[in-house]
Amino acid sequence: MDDVHLKRLVWRSRRGLLELDLQLERFVAEVLPTLDDAALAEFENVLLLPDNDFLDYLNGKADCPDERLKPMLARIRGAQQ
Amino acid sequence: MAIPVRKFDAVIVGAGGAGLRAALQLSEAGLKTAVLSKVFPTRSHTVAAQGGVSASLGNSEPDHWHWHMYDTVKGSDWLGDQDAIEFMCREAPNVVVELEHFGMPFDRNSDGTIYQRPFGGHMSNFGEKPVRRACAAADRTGHAMLHALYQRNVRANTQFFVEWMALDLVRDTDGNVQGVVAMEMETSDIYVFQAKATLFATGGAGRIFASSTNAFINTGDGLGIAARAGIPLEDMEFWQFHPTGVAGAGVLITEGVRGEGGILRNAQGERFMERYAPNAKDLASRDVVSRAMVTEINEGRGCGPNKDHVLLDITHLDPEVIMSKLPGIREISIKFAGVDPIKAPIPVVPTCHYQMGGIPTNYKGEVVVDGKPVSGFYAAGEVACASVHGANRLGTNSLLDLLVFGKSSGNSMIDFIKAAPKDLPELNTADVDRSVARVDRLNNQKNGSNVHEARAAMQRTMQAHCGVFRFKDMLAQGVEKILEVEQMVKTTEIADKSKVFNTARIEALELENLIEVAKATMISANARTESRGAHVRDDAADTPERPNGRDDQNWLKHTLWHREGNRLDYKPVNMNPLTVETIALKTRSY
Ligand SMILES: Cc1cc2nc3c(=O)[nH]c(=O)nc-3n(C[C@H](O)[C@H](O)[C@H](O)COP(=O)(O)OP(=O)(O)OC[C@H]3O[C@@H](n4cnc5c(N)ncnc54)[C@H](O)[C@@H]3O)c2cc1C
Repeated sequence: MDDVHLKRLVWRSRRGLLELDLQLERFVAEVLPTLDDAALAEFENVLLLPDNDFLDYLNGKADCPDERLKPMLARIRGAQQ
Repeated sequence: MAIPVRKFDAVIVGAGGAGLRAALQLSEAGLKTAVLSKVFPTRSHTVAAQGGVSASLGNSEPDHWHWHMYDTVKGSDWLGDQDAIEFMCREAPNVVVELEHFGMPFDRNSDGTIYQRPFGGHMSNFGEKPVRRACAAADRTGHAMLHALYQRNVRANTQFFVEWMALDLVRDTDGNVQGVVAMEMETSDIYVFQAKATLFATGGAGRIFASSTNAFINTGDGLGIAARAGIPLEDMEFWQFHPTGVAGAGVLITEGVRGEGGILRNAQGERFMERYAPNAKDLASRDVVSRAMVTEINEGRGCGPNKDHVLLDITHLDPEVIMSKLPGIREISIKFAGVDPIKAPIPVVPTCHYQMGGIPTNYKGEVVVDGKPVSGFYAAGEVACASVHGANRLGTNSLLDLLVFGKSSGNSMIDFIKAAPKDLPELNTADVDRSVARVDRLNNQKNGSNVHEARAAMQRTMQAHCGVFRFKDMLAQGVEKILEVEQMVKTTEIADKSKVFNTARIEALELENLIEVAKATMISANARTESRGAHVRDDAADTPERPNGRDDQNWLKHTLWHREGNRLDYKPVNMNPLTVETIALKTRSY
C-alpha cells in the first residue's frame, strides 16, 4: 500500500467520538506502521463503520455481525492493553 | 500563483447537525450549495449526542413553549437573549416534527407519538416540576439526526467537499463576506470557495482544555477564522464542565459512581468532600463537587506527578456491585486511565463539555457586529452565539439549537442570495494572499516550536487557570501565560512537509484556531468579575446583595473579545422577547 493510502487512513482515524479517537491514537501510532497490505485493507473497512457501532464492537457491548472485521477489531482492542 | 476559484450560491463550512440542516434548506430551494467538512459528515461531533433534543410537544403530559422558554432563560442565568430564546422554543415542535418526517427514528409511545423523557432543568408551569420534553432515538440521537439530514441532502443535490479544511474568510474592502479559502487534504491544494452567502457551522472548541469530552476534531476552526477576519467572539468565558472525566483522557465517569458509594480523595487520601459538604459529601451537586476538586488541586493537594487531578475511589465497593451496577466503568478506567478500579482509585478531573459563546449572531443566523449584520456571513450551531444558552446551556437544547438556527440561517441566506446581483463580485485577493502566506509560514518555518508541545502548554494553561472554578490571581497569571503560548504557536514548525493527507500540517493549522479561542476565553474570563452560570470565581462569592455572586448591575451584558489588541467591549442582553413579556431577573436556584 502506498504512502498516500496510509496517510489517508491516519486522518480517517479521527472520529466523531472521543472514545474512538483515544483508542485509535495508540493503534495508529504503534501498530498501523507495521501492518501489511491485507491488514491495512481490513483496517480501512473497519474505518467505514458508523462511529457508534465501531465503539460498541470495540467495547464488546455488541457483536460485530461482519466476521471479516472481527480480527482487526480484536487487534485494535489489543493495542490498548 | 493564481488560486483556483469555485463558485456557488452558498458555501457552508461544517457538516454536523447545524450545517446539514442549513444546507438542506438551501438545496431544496434550488440553490447551488457546497458543504465543506474535515471529516465524513456523519462522523461530525454531533454523532456523540445521546441524551436527546428538546421540544414542548406535550406528548406525555401538558407542556408549552413558554415554559421551555422560561427554563432556558433561567438556565442561561439571564444572559441569554430573550428574542432568540423565544424563537427557538416556539420553533422547537416544528423542527422536531419536520425531522421526524425526514426519517428520524425517534423512540415512540404506544400511540405512535414521539416518546419524551425528563431532562435536567426542563420543567412545567414556569419552574414548578420536571416535565418530559426530551425526544431521543435510543442512545443515538445525534447519530440518527446526522443520518436523516445527510440522506436528505444527498437527495437534494447538496455538493459535499469531504476532507476539505476551511482556512480563512474572504471579505471585500467593505467587510462583506465573499467566501472562504480552503485546503483539500488529499493534495494540500488551496482553493477559494466564492459564494453569495457563507455559513459557519464548525462546532465547538472543547480541545482548548486539557480535559475535554470533545473529540479531537473540535478545534474551533470557525472561531479562529472569524477572529482573524476581525469578527469579535461573544461570551467566550462560558464553558460547561462535568465534574468527573478521566484525567488526561476526558472520557466521562457517570455521576452514578458516586451514587453507588464512590469517594473522592486528595493526594493525602483524605475524603475531602466532608469539608466542603458535610451532609451530602460526595453526592453534593455538580458545581459544589467541581469547585471542591479544583480547590484541592489549587492548594497543592492534587495527585499524580503534576498534582493535577484527584482520585475517585471505589476499591471499597464489592466487585460484584461494580460489575452489576456500574457496567462499563471498569472498562473505561482500565482503558483510559490504565487502572483497575477494583484495585486502585480512578484519576479524575472536571472536564470541559460545551461552549456557550461563539460568533455573535441574531436569531436569523446573521452574524452581527456593531449592531449590524455582516453582509453575506452567517453562523449556526455550537460555533455561534445567538445567544440562547447564555451563561449555561440546558441539556438537549443544543441539538435543538442546531435544528432551529440551521434552518433559520438557511432561510436568511435564501432571501439574501435571491436579492443579490446575479453575478458574483470581483474577489478581494488580499485576504486570499494572507491565508496562503499563513500556510507558507508554517511550511517554511525553521528552528520553530513543536506543535504538540505548544498545544499541551495551551491545554494545561487553560485547565489550570481557567477551568470550572476560577481564581482572581490565577486568571491574571493565565492571561500572561496564554499570551506566551501564543508566541509559541506563531512559530510552530512541522517536520513532515509532504502534501498528501499531512495530518501534522492540519494539526498545526488547527492549533492556530485553538489559540484564538483560548485567548478569547482567558481574557474574557479574567475581565468578568462576577459569577454567573458556568463562570464561577472565588472572588465573586454568594452574598445577599449578589446571590451566587451574580452582579446584574455591572455584568448583565455580553462580552465581545476582539483579536486586534485583545480588546474587550460589551453589548446589552436582549431582555425583550418577540411576543411575550420579559422573563424578569430572579436568583437562579433549583
Ligand atoms: C459527549 C457529548 C454528548 C452530547 N449530548 C448532547 C445531547 O444529548 N443533546 C444535546 O442537545 N447536545 C448534546 N451535546 C452537544 C451537541 O452534541 C453539540 O453541541 C452539537 O452536536 C454541535 O453540532 P454542530 O453542528 O454545531 O457541530 P459539529 O457536529 O461539531 O460539526 C462540526 C462540523 O464542522 C466541520 N468543520 C470544523 N472545522 C472545519 C474546517 N476548518 N473546515 C471544514 N469543516 C470543518 C466538521 O468536519 C464537522 O462536520 C453533546 C456533546 C458531547 C460532547
